[in-house]
Amino acid sequence: MSNNTRKVTIKAFRFNAETDYLPSYKSYTMEVGKDELILDVMNRIKWEHDGSFSYRRSCRHGICGACAIKVNGKATLACKQNAMELLDLFNNEITLEPSSKKRAVKDMIIDKSDFWEKHAAVKPYVVAEIDPRPESESIQSISQFDAMLDSDLCIQCGACHYSCPALEVNEDYLGPAALNAAFRFTSDTRDEAGKERLEIVFETGAGVWDCVKCNECAEACPKEINPIQKIGKLHNMQFEQGVAKSNIATRHAEGFVRSIRKHGFLDEADIVVYSEGYLGMYKHLKTAVKMMKAGKIHWQDGVPFIDNMPKIKNLNEVQKLIDISMTNRL
Amino acid sequence: MSKFEYALFTGCTAKQSTPELLSSTLAVADKLGIKIHVLEEASCCGASHLQDFDEFLAHVLNARNICYAEKLGLTMITICNTCQLNSAMTKHALDTDPELKARVNEKLREVGLKYEGTSEVKHFLYTLIDEYGLENIKDKVTVPLSNFNIAPFYGCHNLRSTDKHHSKTYGENAYVPTSLDDLISALEGHPVDYSHKNKCCGFHVELQATHTSEVLAANAMVDAIDNNADLMVTPCPLCHLKMDTYQDDAGKVVGRDIELPVLHMPQMVALALGCTEKEIGLGFHVQKAKQLFSEATA
Repeated sequence: MSNNTRKVTIKAFRFNAETDYLPSYKSYTMEVGKDELILDVMNRIKWEHDGSFSYRRSCRHGICGACAIKVNGKATLACKQNAMELLDLFNNEITLEPSSKKRAVKDMIIDKSDFWEKHAAVKPYVVAEIDPRPESESIQSISQFDAMLDSDLCIQCGACHYSCPALEVNEDYLGPAALNAAFRFTSDTRDEAGKERLEIVFETGAGVWDCVKCNECAEACPKEINPIQKIGKLHNMQFEQGVAKSNIATRHAEGFVRSIRKHGFLDEADIVVYSEGYLGMYKHLKTAVKMMKAGKIHWQDGVPFIDNMPKIKNLNEVQKLIDISMTNRL
Repeated sequence: MSKFEYALFTGCTAKQSTPELLSSTLAVADKLGIKIHVLEEASCCGASHLQDFDEFLAHVLNARNICYAEKLGLTMITICNTCQLNSAMTKHALDTDPELKARVNEKLREVGLKYEGTSEVKHFLYTLIDEYGLENIKDKVTVPLSNFNIAPFYGCHNLRSTDKHHSKTYGENAYVPTSLDDLISALEGHPVDYSHKNKCCGFHVELQATHTSEVLAANAMVDAIDNNADLMVTPCPLCHLKMDTYQDDAGKVVGRDIELPVLHMPQMVALALGCTEKEIGLGFHVQKAKQLFSEATA
């Protein structure tokens, strides 16, 4: 075995939705060269081992987004990923799987309709009254362009979408790719549907407040776009543009200021009461009792929930900084 | 003077619902001869929620915390993944954007502080491994954890996204993390390999998306149990709170009885170093964990 090639056995997910009840995994042994991509490995499975092996591919330049798959659970754009790097990372044992096993149609090919539905739901285009016979160009300044950050680089490959654990549990959630698109067009100064879009992504269940903050999307993106950063910006824009209404999620975010102003720390009990409201608090009583029994909420410091909080040193500094730095209101 | 000296940013949980995290951290430091300065001036990191409301304010408050570590000329260590990520994000933002740094410093000047960017921000887990060294910890083990199969639960904010972690994290790869596994092995415990070790516990949407939160926590714990774990260990008190305090609710959502003690990383180390029962604080758990103290020596 030279340093330039390595003999390995690659496992691949095989499934045909038309004929198979369950998927299976097949192994293919080959010499992988140091410059080969995961796409080359897939091509060789098809050309040298089994012509029925199916996957999507098109541009081979990391721009069409067709060849996104998962390797050992890691979102991978096959035409961009060096195979040897992954063999090193996973100790020479790699398994090729579709981006979403439950959406598999044939081998690596998935039904991506859920992705496109979510994408369409955020109006991923500039909404504007456009003069059909303009006399001049509609010019964007550098700073207007920069306001969109790198969100326009998305290639809709679905790597983040199918890595998002919130989406896996909650099918209503729009997911990181659609939310990135929502940010892209809402931050475009030519667009006139920003508020409408912010309302769409404010919805409980579907919108930004259902993000679990795991950062899987940022890690998965082959274009290094960092969708969760855009989700954070959408949160901020909802407050800035008066779209955020008072509900459990927004009070939870804003309630941090209230706690920090009082104690410097977050008051863990108060944030629950403040976010839920006194009626909603009832569902947490069982947990509160469990926590009290374990000593996690301290009787000895006084009546629970009322002034049993430690305070930081130099709290006045924090109070002053809140007064002079806060830019948003709920 | 100790070779190892750090400024400790406790975070809010260690000062409230997880006193066992603080006591075990201090006990471990004491056993290892690590000198700790608790940053009593430090405020909440915003836990990503303040950031959702007001990003600039969050940067100002996090920069202020780091200022106090800078004043001591020490690395700021964290004992919560979310504190780590939010502090590291502020540090990264300020160190790479001079205009933002100037705007933040304009506010800090009003309270007589200045953010320089001279202190590193590092989770205690990585301090122990990178700086103190696993071999040196190994030498101090008096209660080998060989009676336990221990499931490492890494917690999102120590792992992802890789580029946000300003300081080194043991070369940790988000898809193949090894630090906790290696620490468990150094303490002579048996690390449990399971696919949810680097997944999300659901803590951050506990209030507004309870179902999502419970399912994520349950999936991780069930996976650990199905791979024969006796207990779970995590460097993040928020993962601990989610999985310890809401364990029975999570079990109900997926139709499984779950009984899994979830230890803080420093509690596990404290157990192996022979710290006292009071320092380890297993009594502060909702899911019964006190028995581990006697089982460790059985």
